[in-house]
Amino acid sequence: MYLDEKPVLRVENLTMRYGRGCPHCMESLEKNRCKVCKTVWALNDISIELFPGEVLGIVGESGSGKSTLMKSLYFDIEPSSGGAYLRDYKDGGVNIWSASAAERRAIKNNMMGMVYQNPVLGLRMDFSSASNIAEKIIAAGGRNAGRMTERAAELLDAMEILPSRMSEAPKNFSGGMQQRVQLSKALANNPSLLLLDEVTTGLDLSVQAKVLDLIRKIRARYGVSILLVSHDLAVIRMLADRTIVMLDGKIIERGLTDQILEDPQHEYTQQLVHSLI
Amino acid sequence: MKMNKNYNYAFIDEGSKREIRRTILKAVAIPGYQVPFGSRELPIGRGWGTGGIQITLSLIGPEDVLKVIDQGSDESVNAVNIKKFVGLCTDVKTTVKTGEATIIQTRHRIPETPLRNDQILVLQVPIPEPLRIVEASEEKTKKMHAERDYAPMWLLLYESLIRYGKITIGTEYPLMVEDRYVMNPSPIPKFDNPKLKDSECLYLFGAGREKKIYAIPPHTFAESLAFDDVPFEKESFKGKRCRLCGSEDTYLDELFDSATGERMYQCSDTSYCMEVRGCI
Repeated sequence: MYLDEKPVLRVENLTMRYGRGCPHCMESLEKNRCKVCKTVWALNDISIELFPGEVLGIVGESGSGKSTLMKSLYFDIEPSSGGAYLRDYKDGGVNIWSASAAERRAIKNNMMGMVYQNPVLGLRMDFSSASNIAEKIIAAGGRNAGRMTERAAELLDAMEILPSRMSEAPKNFSGGMQQRVQLSKALANNPSLLLLDEVTTGLDLSVQAKVLDLIRKIRARYGVSILLVSHDLAVIRMLADRTIVMLDGKIIERGLTDQILEDPQHEYTQQLVHSLI
Repeated sequence: MKMNKNYNYAFIDEGSKREIRRTILKAVAIPGYQVPFGSRELPIGRGWGTGGIQITLSLIGPEDVLKVIDQGSDESVNAVNIKKFVGLCTDVKTTVKTGEATIIQTRHRIPETPLRNDQILVLQVPIPEPLRIVEASEEKTKKMHAERDYAPMWLLLYESLIRYGKITIGTEYPLMVEDRYVMNPSPIPKFDNPKLKDSECLYLFGAGREKKIYAIPPHTFAESLAFDDVPFEKESFKGKRCRLCGSEDTYLDELFDSATGERMYQCSDTSYCMEVRGCI
């Protein structure tokens, strides 16, 4: 991780609201909901930076806006305002949310990989694992079937799935295997940014450990920067260099992961850390 | 068949015919693009070739010679009924000889005889949208065409390779037209796909139920989708020949005699077969 380098991802003043908003919103918020106009501020003025090779953890309770942030970055939902700048897209000078549909597809397929909490969102369950991985390569313009198959085998092997099972559909796999197929798919085009949204939630402890170990290996092997969302501080402690704590759509605390865990400043973070111990 | 003077010439009113011709011009100007049109009511049920018939009726004139085929045959029920209908409302000659026809309306085949640049082939299309197999929403397929986002179609071909070792689509094999639009060539066998590339004649595709017309003008680059390392392959009839005319390079229908258990092959294009044998 090199903090003095240009960030791989810079998010500035990201806001996502459900509702029209009103002049009283900011002073009359109850949690993240305006008492006057009932607008929900799912993300409220979020700014983050992710540096090369870094794992940035985002922790917070359900409804704090973690997944909304990830979905905005992956173009699954359109934010209300704010900007996100990728080092690989026009040298970080242009907001990715101002890109055309074709450019967005190129950004999504060449520069980013996403692993969803629910594999159904990230995989075509009836298609073979090889096709799921090839989908990213095809979307990025790949038209060589042999090379796509080689790449799928290489990635499945790296994720400890037998390449001989590449013609099987993920619906026949266990939850942990499905997450590993998602990871393979996310890495298909060697992206510089990996978005991991609650990747271990719902998996049993031994499978969780295996997936976390793989993520560590991925980071070491591919040098990819990772934005890691979790409500589980144990996962964050294991993987993240820096951590951001979110509550009601806002960032309430940020710092080095050790610092957050050893010396939490905000009352909510203190409760969170105590619940871990 | 004697022309019935109670009908307008070629059944459809002149204003409607003009609108369809304008749609055809637009389709020719943008090869492979599906142009919407106001599909008219005809005394034939939708799904029985009304798209093709509307194109034929809007183009046909007294000088034309019409040939109608259905799955390669001039004598099938669909082809005979369409010929009867056109005969009722026009005075044009009909023929079974491909070389004599100026307009050929067809369902599911392209004739074996190479077509000339003074001929028009009109294909009846049930489902014009090539992406329907991968995307159910019309709104989304329109966006996919607009953004030239054909990845799901390529993925379908790749999935076929992974599962079966080859691309298993037999009919409606998608084409890329002028490196812009992916197009459904109608349910012709993929044997006929190469005939659409850089052809001499004009191909018009009409889908009456779906209200779309599209075209491949002469000398258009219409290439069947294929991976860099897996070339497009049409059906092979290697070692088989037509039992009647002996042709080995045509699309053959397989016939099975349940009494003897014998398998026989016969040209799908019946008029071509008869011409080779000197019967017509």
